[in-house]
Amino acid sequence: MRYVLTKVVQLVIVLLAVSFLTFSFLKLLEWRTGVGPEIAILGTGVGNEEAVAEVRGDLNLDDPYFVQYGRWLGNAVTLDLGESYANNSSVSELIGNAFPKTALLMFYAMFFSLLISVPLGIISAYRADGVFDKVAGTTAFGFLSVPTFIFGVLLVYLFALELRWLPATGYVTFTENPWEHVRHMILPVTALMVGQIAVYTRLLRTDMISTLQEDYISVARAKGMPNRRILLKHAFRPSSFSLLTVAAINVGTLIGGSVVIEQIFAINGMGTLIVSSIFKRDYLVIQGCVLIIAIVFVTANFLVDILYAYLDPRIRHARSVS
Amino acid sequence: MPAASPDHLPGNPALSETPGGRLITESQFEVSFDSVTADTVADEITPHRVVKKLGVGFWIAVGFLVLLTSMAILAPYLPFVDEPNATDFLLQAEAGPSYEHWMGVDAIGRDVFSRVVWGARVSLSIAALTVAFGLAIGGVVGLTAGFYGGLYEKISVGSLDIMLAFPPLILALALVSFLSEPGTQNATLFTVTLTLTVLTVPAFARIARATTLGFAQREFVQASRTLGATKGRVLLRDIFPNVVPPMLSFALIVVAIVIVGEGTLSFLGLSVSSPTPTWGSLINDGRDYLDSAPHISLFPCLIMFLTLLAFNYVGDVLRRRFDVKEVSL
Repeated sequence: MRYVLTKVVQLVIVLLAVSFLTFSFLKLLEWRTGVGPEIAILGTGVGNEEAVAEVRGDLNLDDPYFVQYGRWLGNAVTLDLGESYANNSSVSELIGNAFPKTALLMFYAMFFSLLISVPLGIISAYRADGVFDKVAGTTAFGFLSVPTFIFGVLLVYLFALELRWLPATGYVTFTENPWEHVRHMILPVTALMVGQIAVYTRLLRTDMISTLQEDYISVARAKGMPNRRILLKHAFRPSSFSLLTVAAINVGTLIGGSVVIEQIFAINGMGTLIVSSIFKRDYLVIQGCVLIIAIVFVTANFLVDILYAYLDPRIRHARSVS
Repeated sequence: MPAASPDHLPGNPALSETPGGRLITESQFEVSFDSVTADTVADEITPHRVVKKLGVGFWIAVGFLVLLTSMAILAPYLPFVDEPNATDFLLQAEAGPSYEHWMGVDAIGRDVFSRVVWGARVSLSIAALTVAFGLAIGGVVGLTAGFYGGLYEKISVGSLDIMLAFPPLILALALVSFLSEPGTQNATLFTVTLTLTVLTVPAFARIARATTLGFAQREFVQASRTLGATKGRVLLRDIFPNVVPPMLSFALIVVAIVIVGEGTLSFLGLSVSSPTPTWGSLINDGRDYLDSAPHISLFPCLIMFLTLLAFNYVGDVLRRRFDVKEVSL
């Protein structure tokens, strides 16, 4: 319980710091451009005093800095992230439309990469330095050197343009047409997950090799327990904890990857929203997206930490002993 | 070392292999770096024996990188590298590889090979600058934090950790957009370098701090202290030279990460502005012709992949030698 409490306190501090940094991005803009954020948002050369005053009012720019932050944070908690001045709609509405697509893309990528890499990692560790392990290891090392955007381009070239098996762009919701949904998702999810598979397989392999050298594994072997049972029940379980932690950390990589993938496959998710907002100089949308993504990322890691402690009593006790 | 420290438990050692080893929670972080000195780590965790010979692959990779770098530096003087924006009007647009144009020409007749070489100038110089700044800033912060400890360590480590709360590419996008000057559609070289530097500092600081903590407990440092060496002397003469090799081998892996980062930004159209070629923008621009002239996009992809592979491989071999844990951005 004490462990959970410290974690919660940590989470609150991190969230406050993250939100303050995100809020301060406008200050960064002011420093770099030399004009107030209201001018930068409306664009230079806008002589409309009324509009400038309105944006100043919206951003509470006449208040002291920390009061501005407090108000902004208060609004953010109620999901009011301001107005998109380029799109004439609220930032939270734009994010609300974009977020589910990105979340689904990331979920698929996470799920299937774990599904594929767990057996690969276990077999590699079981026959360490065998043929399968060597081939899998070399392939994984190679895949780690392929940036997501190159992988996306290659997949489009091969499967959409040369072989014409799958559509190159677009997004179809599951409820609209399940078959087309799957067809449209295969390439983006594959591009997103290849790097992840390489990471997880390598991690699980090293982790399980060291686990398999533990005494209790030898005992299980000596008892005549079948290999399959030793691998899955005894060896995989402790290794699955670190896999879980790394998976949570990799949510960050996945978000970054999906920005690129959404661009290549023309999916209107968070990534497309951020990139198009950067070109439109729609700063409040960028700010809102960054805040939401950072919160999701930090919270995911927090939840895994808690889950980790729940599943693995050693973590809880390590704390109380020291 | 406390008996209950989780690093002796089966599950934990591989956390050091965490390729995205960011945001490792405080407890795990403290344990995995503080209480374990460098040599016990080498004995217990590293499954590979220390590689004595560097191997043929290593030298091939180094050779490729040297060739690429020297071509990038000498691009304006080499006879077989054209001006990046020179157009060959005699040739059909989108023509494939030929004796004249090794990687073919793009949609308006520019030589793809030359543009890849000129793109390498941008990618490699941004990567070199970023890693140099990251090494210097992160190294100083990490060394001093690990050596002096106390409140200073808590604050510096804490504030760097906060930056890790943002997914790296998202933070890069935010910084690039909020740091770019008004009126210019694309961010400048300065903005991109600054952004990527901000992203690399925490990783370098982390490695420097962990290595410093490891060496601070070693006998020769204690001996030096006992002999009356000042703190500054211990830091500069005893600890600093030992922190450099692992930092440098880690820097090679960071170079690869920074090249990917710059490539991603320019792929999204947010790095150095076109007509200046960069690898990311070459690949992105070539996407429109993927059906009719795939070589425009695929050759830059290939060169970028080989470069990253070479950096990763060289970095990996050296890292095994100096035993740095993988803590990526």
